[in-house]
Amino acid sequence: MSETTERTDHWKDDHVVGDGLNELTTLNLGPTHPATHGIFQNILTLDGEIILDTEQTIGYIHRAFEKICERRPFYQITTLTDRMNYCSAPINNMGWHMAVEKLLGIDLPKRVEYMRVIIMELSRITDHIICNTIISQDAGATTPFLYYYQFRERVYEVYEEICGARLTTNMGRIGGFERNFSDLAWERIRAIIKDLPAALVEFDNLLVRNRVFMDRSINCGPISAERALAYGFTGPNLRAAGVDYDVRVADPYSSYEDFDFDIPIGRSGDVYDRFTVRQAEMRQSLSIIRQALDKLDKISDKTTFHGDVPDWVLPPKQEVYNDMEALIYHFKIVMGETEVPVGEIYHCVEGGNGELGFYIVSDGGRTPFRVHFRRPCFIYYQSFPEIIKGGMLSDAILTMSSMNVIAGELDA
Amino acid sequence: MPAFTIKTERDQLTIDKLTERFGADGFTHERLYDTMCFVVPKEHIHDVLRFLRDELDFTFLTSLCGMHFPGLPLELGAVYFLHNMRLGHRIRVKTHVSLKEAKLPTVTDLWPTANWMERETWDFFGIDFVGHPNMKRILNMEDFPAFPMRKDYPLEDPTREDKNDTFFGR
Repeated sequence: MSETTERTDHWKDDHVVGDGLNELTTLNLGPTHPATHGIFQNILTLDGEIILDTEQTIGYIHRAFEKICERRPFYQITTLTDRMNYCSAPINNMGWHMAVEKLLGIDLPKRVEYMRVIIMELSRITDHIICNTIISQDAGATTPFLYYYQFRERVYEVYEEICGARLTTNMGRIGGFERNFSDLAWERIRAIIKDLPAALVEFDNLLVRNRVFMDRSINCGPISAERALAYGFTGPNLRAAGVDYDVRVADPYSSYEDFDFDIPIGRSGDVYDRFTVRQAEMRQSLSIIRQALDKLDKISDKTTFHGDVPDWVLPPKQEVYNDMEALIYHFKIVMGETEVPVGEIYHCVEGGNGELGFYIVSDGGRTPFRVHFRRPCFIYYQSFPEIIKGGMLSDAILTMSSMNVIAGELDA
Repeated sequence: MPAFTIKTERDQLTIDKLTERFGADGFTHERLYDTMCFVVPKEHIHDVLRFLRDELDFTFLTSLCGMHFPGLPLELGAVYFLHNMRLGHRIRVKTHVSLKEAKLPTVTDLWPTANWMERETWDFFGIDFVGHPNMKRILNMEDFPAFPMRKDYPLEDPTREDKNDTFFGR
């Protein structure tokens, strides 16, 4: 390839004549390679198995969400957000709802906020289950991938009971939820928090002190805290490098300040630390869900599932058919004719893989003037070349899966 | 109102320090909801950002995005989201450029993370970041003929006749 000659050929300096080391290979890892877990291309220049140079090509599933947002009413944008990080879609949905609520100045009852916390923590658990089982899969342990996916499946059953969808959930509305949680949903949530801790112990027993896994993942793809901050890392990847930054604590939203939980951190920012930080975070999420269930038990009101915002929450269908006012509100909401103030806000939530930000500029029209999504993995994936250069090809695969790069979020 | 905290003293401190360094007419500021936003002329943007990073500890560049306001003399703009993690303080810094001279100094020397963000801004708004190590499109294909996030770029094929946007368009 012509590009290889244009690049700096520093590897030629210490080249020993006759040992065949100067035979470089250009390898295309991706766009659709099973090991990349998504559609992105890595052009690697290899010397044997050592990566000398790499270049990333992204944008294969770019869908112009920011442009589409400029033509859609606020409540229709929710369906776009859950196609970004589809491993934890409800966090994206609720992050968007909270951003719009901040713009509108809507205050929600505690019960709705706790219900949101439960759903967001459940989706954080699914996100971490997916990432950690894929790490183990790429490290050669197939059992967790097949076994722990049943808990992801069970969380999806909760989603199904709440909103009817599984992967791209479109859960909740601006101002709360679309309906109250059914008894079956509560039953399923309680069953998960009862069964998951034992399964997590098994998962830990399989891998955390497993000599083979430790040798494979310790010191594989490390990044220092300084470089991680310079590269804009957030979420579990930053915490694995030793920085205790968590949006839930730094800028609490949706009543996270009412909960008592730890921020697990690692030290060296390698694959092993990212894995163990995610394992510990799942336990913290379970603890938050337990606390939220306790707090909900203490709230005598069991029927509120949205705030008092008739401008944004659809009235019950029976009222729409029989009541003039409800019909007017229904029509206004569906046509997107509700008043929106002029202003601009930035709201961020702790997504499955980092700080997920929503920047909305509103000019008072029925659609936003400009929407910008701060997608965490778009920002930290650019450090990937620096991390893998000089390492082995198989380490690059493991590093990529441990960074939890989601193609949908990367390309938006 | 939802409970967001406004960090008045820290905002005021930032304004004072910037006034001391760049003069009162070197920038304008405005509070939008919970965040203080500064508008800086493009000649000073690199100096201001360097000052904010080095002296006021805004060491984390959360995000960077482009803007387009058709009709204004300086149509295009860039918004820098800065975060002081130690104090939990966020600000936004904005700058504007004209359509003809859509050039800004790069901040990749201050934050390596600005690399892809600036490429994305070039890709969608056509703002050229001078001094960027690898200024080319990132999400769109390389020979894409336009800058699609500008307001004059239509979302859909404008020659379509089967859709009527009188009621449902913007």
